[in-house]
Amino acid sequence: MLELKNITKRFDGRTIINNMNLTVPDGQILAIVGPSGAGKTTLLRCMSGLERIDSGEFRLDGQVFDPYENRDNDKVIGVVFQDFQLFPNLTVMENITLSPEMVLKQSKTEAEARAQELIDQLDLTGKETLHPFQLSGGQKQRVAIVRALAMNPKILCYDEPTSALDPDLRETVEKIILSLKASKMTQIVVTHDMSFAENIADQILRVEPIKPS
Amino acid sequence: MMLNYAGEILPSLMSGAWMTVQIFFWTLIISIPLGIIVSLGLRSRVAPIRWVLKFYVWLMRGTPLLLQLIFVFYGLPVVHIIFERYDAAIFAFILNYTAYFAEIFRGGFQAIPEGQYESAKVLRLTRWQTLRKIVIPQVVKIVVPSIGNETINLIKDSSLVYVIGLGDLLRAGNIAMSRDVTLLPLVMVGVIYLLMTAIATYLLRRIEQHYSTWR
Ligand SMILES: Nc1ncnc2c1ncn2[C@@H]1O[C@H](COP(=O)(O)OP(=O)(O)OP(=O)(O)O)[C@@H](O)[C@H]1O
Ligand SMILES: [Mg+2]
Repeated sequence: MLELKNITKRFDGRTIINNMNLTVPDGQILAIVGPSGAGKTTLLRCMSGLERIDSGEFRLDGQVFDPYENRDNDKVIGVVFQDFQLFPNLTVMENITLSPEMVLKQSKTEAEARAQELIDQLDLTGKETLHPFQLSGGQKQRVAIVRALAMNPKILCYDEPTSALDPDLRETVEKIILSLKASKMTQIVVTHDMSFAENIADQILRVEPIKPS
Repeated sequence: MMLNYAGEILPSLMSGAWMTVQIFFWTLIISIPLGIIVSLGLRSRVAPIRWVLKFYVWLMRGTPLLLQLIFVFYGLPVVHIIFERYDAAIFAFILNYTAYFAEIFRGGFQAIPEGQYESAKVLRLTRWQTLRKIVIPQVVKIVVPSIGNETINLIKDSSLVYVIGLGDLLRAGNIAMSRDVTLLPLVMVGVIYLLMTAIATYLLRRIEQHYSTWR
């Protein structure tokens, strides 16, 4: 279970997130919706340790943790970026196994076996030796998901998972997210798309831009 | 007759060419890593480091290599820093080329999107792992063509050591020409330079091909 307690985030004195409280139970899907500039991406970046919060705390299974500092092997939050940010110099397989090998110290065989399972599960079989430029948008996204999953995250976050894709791929993303839910993955999805949010989420969080006082 | 003569002067041209190759080799092998380090320093968070390195790059790129060469060999002894001819040449070339390479690498590093560092960070790679596995390979691919140009320039620039009396290829040709009053040595020198640049061009193309498997 992930809890946010009184999270506040400012940029240059401007408050973007103000005293936010939130609980995401294990295995559930939280959708964060709201207009542009409301701070959805900022919230996700705070959770994943890319931005430092100004006050408040994160708890995972009751224990306080600081995603900005935390580099333990446990308690991790995976992120699927809006533009995927695959590593162009590495093959699909290498993109996925790099961190498990270098950070989790898995052997190459071990990392590849686990990667292959996920590759097959997300319908990427046969793409292992391709480079990112040879993939379609949907395939890139699935590689990004597999890459995040290979680090065994407790929570997987997505920023606008439908925005860079053709509209007819929306359903595929829904299916993937729901199938991960079936395997008990806790997920947080930032989106503009209300009907998409309604289709997948257990809980919908609406955020509004904070007016400067 | 002409073939005989060519055969006669070839050994001295070859030993001159060997000097050229040595200067080329040492400059390249030292300036490229140094250039990478300086380029990282140019992007340092510590402002004084940036200023010093910017000044250095500005100085090296803004003045002729010939001047720097003369300065190192004839100027520095005034303040009791004395180099052998060969060391002076290598030192001046490294100083000069490191600045050019640093500027090229700085551009390369700048071209890597912040998102690459962030995605590496959420995958919990360390800074060094990120550099080594993700950033540097991409930077190298970007800079190979410009590094290639500089490499070809270096082969030709190496003839400047002539001015401090080092026996390189050009000097060997020049000596033979004034002694024997014939143009042939200079033609041969030209051909040897062409051969060297051709080999360098070929190797560079191979490197570019190696990096063409991804975009
Ligand atoms: N690094 C930063 N420095 C200063 N201000 C920032 C920074 N990042 C974001 N902001 C500001 O914070 C606010 C929220 O931005 P954020 O990207 O979180 O919005 P969003 O809800 O994700 O919007 P969108 O739906 O357009 O993606 C914006 O006003 C933005 O200008
Ligand atoms: Mg956003």
